[in-house]
Amino acid sequence: MGQHTFILNGSTVTVNVDDDVRLLWVLRDVLGITGPKYGCGINVCKACTSHINGKAFNPCSVQVKDIGPTDQVTTIEGLPATVGAELHPMQEAWLENDVAQCGYCQPGQIMAAVAKVNQVHAAGRELTDADLDEIRNICRCGTYSRIRTAIRAGAEAM
Amino acid sequence: MTDLESRPPFARANLRRRTFVGYLLGGATLAVAADLSLGNPAYAAVPSLPQIPELYDLGDLQTDAARPTANLIRIVINTDGTASFELPRMEVGQGITTSTAMIIAEELDLPVDKVHVSLAPARPELMFNQLTGGSNTTVSTYTPIRVAAAIARNALLGAAAIELGSIVALLTSKEGVITGPTGASVSYADLATKAASPTTQAVSVTLAPRSSFTVIGTPQNRVDALAAVTGRKTFTLDLEIPGALPTMVCRPPTLNGSPRSISNRAQVLAMPGVTHVEAVDTGVAVRAATFGQCIDAVRALVVVWNPGSVEGESDATVLAKLRAAEIPLAVPPIPLLAQTVEAEFTFMFRSSAALEPNCAVADVRADHATVWAGLKAPIVAQTEIAAAVGLPVEKVTVNVVTGGGSFGHKLFNDAAVEAAKISQKMGVPVKLMWHRADEPRQGRVHPMATSRIRATVLLGQVLTFEQRHTSVSTDFGHGLGEMISHNLDKLPTGLGNLGFAETIFTLTQELPYDFGVVTQLLNECDMRFNTGSMRNIYSPDVACANELMVDRLAALTGQDPVAFRLAFLKNSRVKDVLRKVAAVGQWGRSMPAGMAQGVAVHSEYKGATAVLVEIDCRPATVNRPIVNGVTGPRVTKAVIAVDAGLVINPRGLEAQMMGGVSDGIALALTSSLHLRDGHFLEASWDNYFYTREWNAPLDFQCIVMPSTSEQPGGAGEAGVAASVSAVACAYARATGTMPTRFPINHDQLSFTVKPFVPPIPESPTDGLSHTF
Repeated sequence: MGQHTFILNGSTVTVNVDDDVRLLWVLRDVLGITGPKYGCGINVCKACTSHINGKAFNPCSVQVKDIGPTDQVTTIEGLPATVGAELHPMQEAWLENDVAQCGYCQPGQIMAAVAKVNQVHAAGRELTDADLDEIRNICRCGTYSRIRTAIRAGAEAM
Repeated sequence: MTDLESRPPFARANLRRRTFVGYLLGGATLAVAADLSLGNPAYAAVPSLPQIPELYDLGDLQTDAARPTANLIRIVINTDGTASFELPRMEVGQGITTSTAMIIAEELDLPVDKVHVSLAPARPELMFNQLTGGSNTTVSTYTPIRVAAAIARNALLGAAAIELGSIVALLTSKEGVITGPTGASVSYADLATKAASPTTQAVSVTLAPRSSFTVIGTPQNRVDALAAVTGRKTFTLDLEIPGALPTMVCRPPTLNGSPRSISNRAQVLAMPGVTHVEAVDTGVAVRAATFGQCIDAVRALVVVWNPGSVEGESDATVLAKLRAAEIPLAVPPIPLLAQTVEAEFTFMFRSSAALEPNCAVADVRADHATVWAGLKAPIVAQTEIAAAVGLPVEKVTVNVVTGGGSFGHKLFNDAAVEAAKISQKMGVPVKLMWHRADEPRQGRVHPMATSRIRATVLLGQVLTFEQRHTSVSTDFGHGLGEMISHNLDKLPTGLGNLGFAETIFTLTQELPYDFGVVTQLLNECDMRFNTGSMRNIYSPDVACANELMVDRLAALTGQDPVAFRLAFLKNSRVKDVLRKVAAVGQWGRSMPAGMAQGVAVHSEYKGATAVLVEIDCRPATVNRPIVNGVTGPRVTKAVIAVDAGLVINPRGLEAQMMGGVSDGIALALTSSLHLRDGHFLEASWDNYFYTREWNAPLDFQCIVMPSTSEQPGGAGEAGVAASVSAVACAYARATGTMPTRFPINHDQLSFTVKPFVPPIPESPTDGLSHTF
């Protein structure tokens, strides 16, 4: 049993858990942060997508020992605070376009979308269909077209 | 050409200004009720021509099944001015909590966000009337919910008249406030207790005509949208039930195997976090502090297994059985000069798994049990859990939790019953989760099927159209089966469940064309698989076969596919949606070689859909690289038009059509299971290729057709059949070859098969190398 400290949604947290437990289960089963969802556990479905130091990652595939005390982990719960608002512009775009159906994949979709737009903006480019095609998050309800529309709208506002 | 335009499609449901009886319930605050079977008239005998589903379909069966039960649904006006309603159906993403809130808001003159719709737990007294399936929710609940809401509004008006010293006729209600002639007003919050009835009494009410609607028919966002985008929406695995620790099952290497013995139980019990290891009939269950530790324990278990139900079997051996079981075609006498066209189509096994895996929380004690799960047939689940743990039904509480998708999957209670058994055996509460790999390998699948069609043509007319659909047995021993007879369906008749499946088939399949002598027959065989009613049940396969054949008939008679369909379609609503997609989608526009348009129609759920797609089958597109992904042909554009009768929420309907198109693309092009050596090979979303962003249409348009109908149709499944058909037809036109096996990429295994022992893959540790 190891002690692990990191920054979660702006606050420092310390957990006592074995080194090799994947961060998804530290978040969900130990800390009760349930926004990141389980859909596969092998970094394929991307339902658990969150941010580490501002970049998209999948906590199902990271051992808690690999997260350091200065690492900033942001889940969907902490996304609005990154822009100091009630909701992040991407969440607003999601609402505007009524994207969610069952909603299970949506926290991961939004976190992936924000990171993808940041990545494209950092490269000084505009979002393209090819960028959107790179997003691997599964939506089994099939609401891909609204996801694409919402990401474009969210990118405008970011 | 006989046109059925003379028969109003919804004449039987003429609800205009009908008066209904409901109840004011005795209590401290205003509560009203209505019978859930209201507004669903009886039907005449089933005619032989036209086809059965045109006049009496699966939805009518569901509605009729509920008729004899006195089943009240209740709306309560709360002292904060909101209304509460427990819907005896399950929300899985199809939007029924939103549309139900809209129906109540309409009749109550209350803002939609002041109507709280939750999901009712299992209510055994509802008997057959607590099943979510067949796209029947709004069809069957629309009138009773309106009646209850209208009674509540009348009671509020009555109380307000006393409060305001006026008479009801002079009052107006708007957004939860009732205003009198002097401008004085009183809110529903103030009236909630004053309008309460001391005793339960029957009252009559007249419903408003649709011309007065201000909420129904307007686009509304989902009531749970904010919860969904903030991560606050709660699913079964998010519930915090005291003591219900993470639990998973080590499953057998072949389909439906069972554990014989555990070789290293003590060793696994000593692993970090592990609290319990117990064998159940489906495998070996482990309970631990985290799911991560469950995964490790499942992988560490050494189990001796009994054989499964399909040892040694493969796609080819099952297909051979299907072919042997096909009912022969028997063309009636036709003129000598008629041409015969024949084709056989094969549809491989598909997984109906949602993104939320099978899961349930169970707390089974000596004298009672409580279960939480996403269940579309909770009454059946309650009965089966009770039987599984040896408790009386009334000692089992089944809570219905919002589901992370269903697609037919949650008609079954596999996880709920399994969780109850495990909880009983371990003597502690459990939160059971299936691993993703468990879903395609041991979970419910859409059965493999063949569809053989023979048609005859003479002088531009189709004289006969025969279809023989042959399928691995579809398991209806749950919800839809509950409708006819839950117990009867389970009897070992030695004939499979042929009779029941054929009933469902007959009630859903409708060839919308005037093709002379039409016969559509189903035969089912082979009950060893875990099958289910995947979204739209038989229709995607049957319609795909039909529509490909229709294109062939059009070509044979030298006609354009749209013109040919318009010439032979029977129903004006189907023609209208086809004309609409042809116009919006610019049918017939020129396309480069390797690209083509395809079009298809479908008629079901008291409605009609048409889909036009454009597909790109050029090598540069087909072979575009996506790591661990299937690319293949891309549907670049999809246009879908839907006539669903009276539409409650066009925005929600459009969402369902979008999902239907995504499903159709996957069914036609990429998604299937491969059976080899007694097990399915797929174990991941990168093995089972549901539509991904790189397969999604770049241009999607949905047209909701205007309708003057007073009757809502079904939405949740209505978009699938025409979509898969249109994609298949487009592929045939783009490549010049009519595909006969679906999905078209089935013969190409596009992934490395994961091991079967241990049954689930290790959790990766390199996640930080894949950030962006």
